[in-house]
Amino acid sequence: MDHTSFLERWFRRVALSIIIVFFMFPIFWIVLMSFQTNETILRSPPSMSFTPTLDNYMAIIAGRLDSNVASMGIDFVNNLMNSIILSVCSVAVALVLGVPAAYAFARHKFRGSEDIAFTLLSFRFAPPLLVLLPLTLYFQEIGLADTYLGLVWVYQLICLPLILWIVRGYFEDISPDIEYAYRIAGHSWFSTFRKIALPLAGPGIAAAGLLAFIFAWNNFIFALVLASADKQPVTVGALAFVTASGIQYGQIAAAIVLSIAPTLALALWAQRYLVEGLSLGAVKG
Amino acid sequence: MRMEFLELTSLSKSFSGETVLDEVSLSVQEGGTLVLFGKSGAGKTVLLRSIAGAIEPDDGTVVIDGEDVTSVPPEYRGIGMAFQNFALFPHMTAYDNIASSLTSKRMSASEIRTKVDAVAKLLKIEHVLSHAPKALSNGQKQRTALARALVSEPRVLLLDDPLRNVDAKLRFEMRLELPRLLADRGATIIYVTQDYKEAMALGDRIAVLDQGKIVQIGSPDDIYRRPANTQIAQLFGDPTINLLDVVPKEDDRGLHAFLSDQRVDFHGKFPGVAGRDCIVGLRPEALSFTETGGFPVTIEAVTPFNEKTVTLVTTLRGREILLSQPAQDPVPTGPKVNLQIAARDAILFDRETGNRIAPEPDGNRVEEAA
Repeated sequence: MDHTSFLERWFRRVALSIIIVFFMFPIFWIVLMSFQTNETILRSPPSMSFTPTLDNYMAIIAGRLDSNVASMGIDFVNNLMNSIILSVCSVAVALVLGVPAAYAFARHKFRGSEDIAFTLLSFRFAPPLLVLLPLTLYFQEIGLADTYLGLVWVYQLICLPLILWIVRGYFEDISPDIEYAYRIAGHSWFSTFRKIALPLAGPGIAAAGLLAFIFAWNNFIFALVLASADKQPVTVGALAFVTASGIQYGQIAAAIVLSIAPTLALALWAQRYLVEGLSLGAVKG
Repeated sequence: MRMEFLELTSLSKSFSGETVLDEVSLSVQEGGTLVLFGKSGAGKTVLLRSIAGAIEPDDGTVVIDGEDVTSVPPEYRGIGMAFQNFALFPHMTAYDNIASSLTSKRMSASEIRTKVDAVAKLLKIEHVLSHAPKALSNGQKQRTALARALVSEPRVLLLDDPLRNVDAKLRFEMRLELPRLLADRGATIIYVTQDYKEAMALGDRIAVLDQGKIVQIGSPDDIYRRPANTQIAQLFGDPTINLLDVVPKEDDRGLHAFLSDQRVDFHGKFPGVAGRDCIVGLRPEALSFTETGGFPVTIEAVTPFNEKTVTLVTTLRGREILLSQPAQDPVPTGPKVNLQIAARDAILFDRETGNRIAPEPDGNRVEEAA
């Protein structure tokens, strides 16, 4: 039954190991760094043997950044909260707007529907800075600069096209006959959308939501330009570790571990949906 | 006289410039069964969906029970429909699938249960009601889809080739079972199929659709014995009808043609047909072997089926003719035999258009009909 030779299997294992090491080593090294002091990190040659310390995590949670010359306050926990607020709200808004829109684009070919869908996708083509400079001016004018509302709004540039295009593919995969059957059974189009289309596109919506969450979480430039210190997410907050007295590698590592933990957990949990979503919804021609 | 319950008037539909329905008009009496028959792509499904309201026609009207429903949304039309691909809701159990036709109506849970159980029992699927569609066999899926269409006791029942995707044995069973099942309902039925046997077995009337047009509409007997053109003649019947090019001649004994140099008479009067290029259609079962008379042919091959024997013969000019007879009737031995034609079963077509040339009505025919 097994047609693969010993050599082939052995070769495959080696290849897989190389790939895993290549992609996982940086994460592994960051985790190691987060348990070390700046001295042990920076010694040459680098070594894997050290006495683990929780000082980095303590400093981040306590909000005190101690270096050998000075001590300064950082607000990393607040950054983490901002990340959660911004990402969750952005994805929620994008789902509320994007899923019905995706359904409309999938089911009702109205005049200009392709153009509108493509315009929404084109938000992802422009370099973010190009959009940001005029936006900053507008936002200051109308008082949206440095507000959660304004940031969530701008984050739609990331989340909305993603959700729209992935979920649209899912809706298109549902046989229209199934929806007709429900209509003919005496249900309105809205209850057909709720009871048939939404549950059947569920995995796709979950996958698109997760991807949008990750992209929103990892966004740097929008928050850097549009948010001040108390609204900044972790991606921008991490800049605070680059201080005049040096770069606090240990604390940066601890901060990174803390900031990737939620997305990593979410991604592992929804991994099955994610792979299915990427291969089914988005790739469909 | 029963009233016309469902009436379609010059229904037209085109998709991106391509005409799918071309001025289709037809009507079905209350409680009647109309079979829509045609090849795939003939527009049967689009027509059915226009009646259901899933597709909006470009032109024309749909009238159900005297009410114009052309622009009424599907949920208010009071229609039951079974789809060719079943279209079961994959995330619901068979029970919920069937009950979905009732949940939209003001009905208590116990009432719904009673009705679903009754229809499930009728269709012999009581034992799988708790299963999801993907755990059902094709036959069970088809019955669930049928149950969903039947359970709300709709006034109009649309069945889109419901037996297409089930295996041959089940199709045969259902073909016997369906007429009784449907007759009990009293609903007005439109049944779509590509299988002529199904069409003959189920329809009071058959409408033959080709390229979005109704080519012929009539009783199964009409379609079989008086097909509008050679195409329809070929679609109905197995083995298919023999079509032979002839140029008929006329003398004082009437219109006739020659096969294997022997005279074959046509039944009825055909003024102006003599000398025209024609095709004569001979049903394989309208032919029989004979000891005396008839015309000489050569037996080429004999294919015994269980219920009939199909024999391929050639005429003197090398034209092939299929002959079908009951299995118990002996096939004569020896290559040279004589063939007899029942004259009134010969159908005459115009060779250029393919349309049937109907005999002129005369006194004899009226007597026959009376």
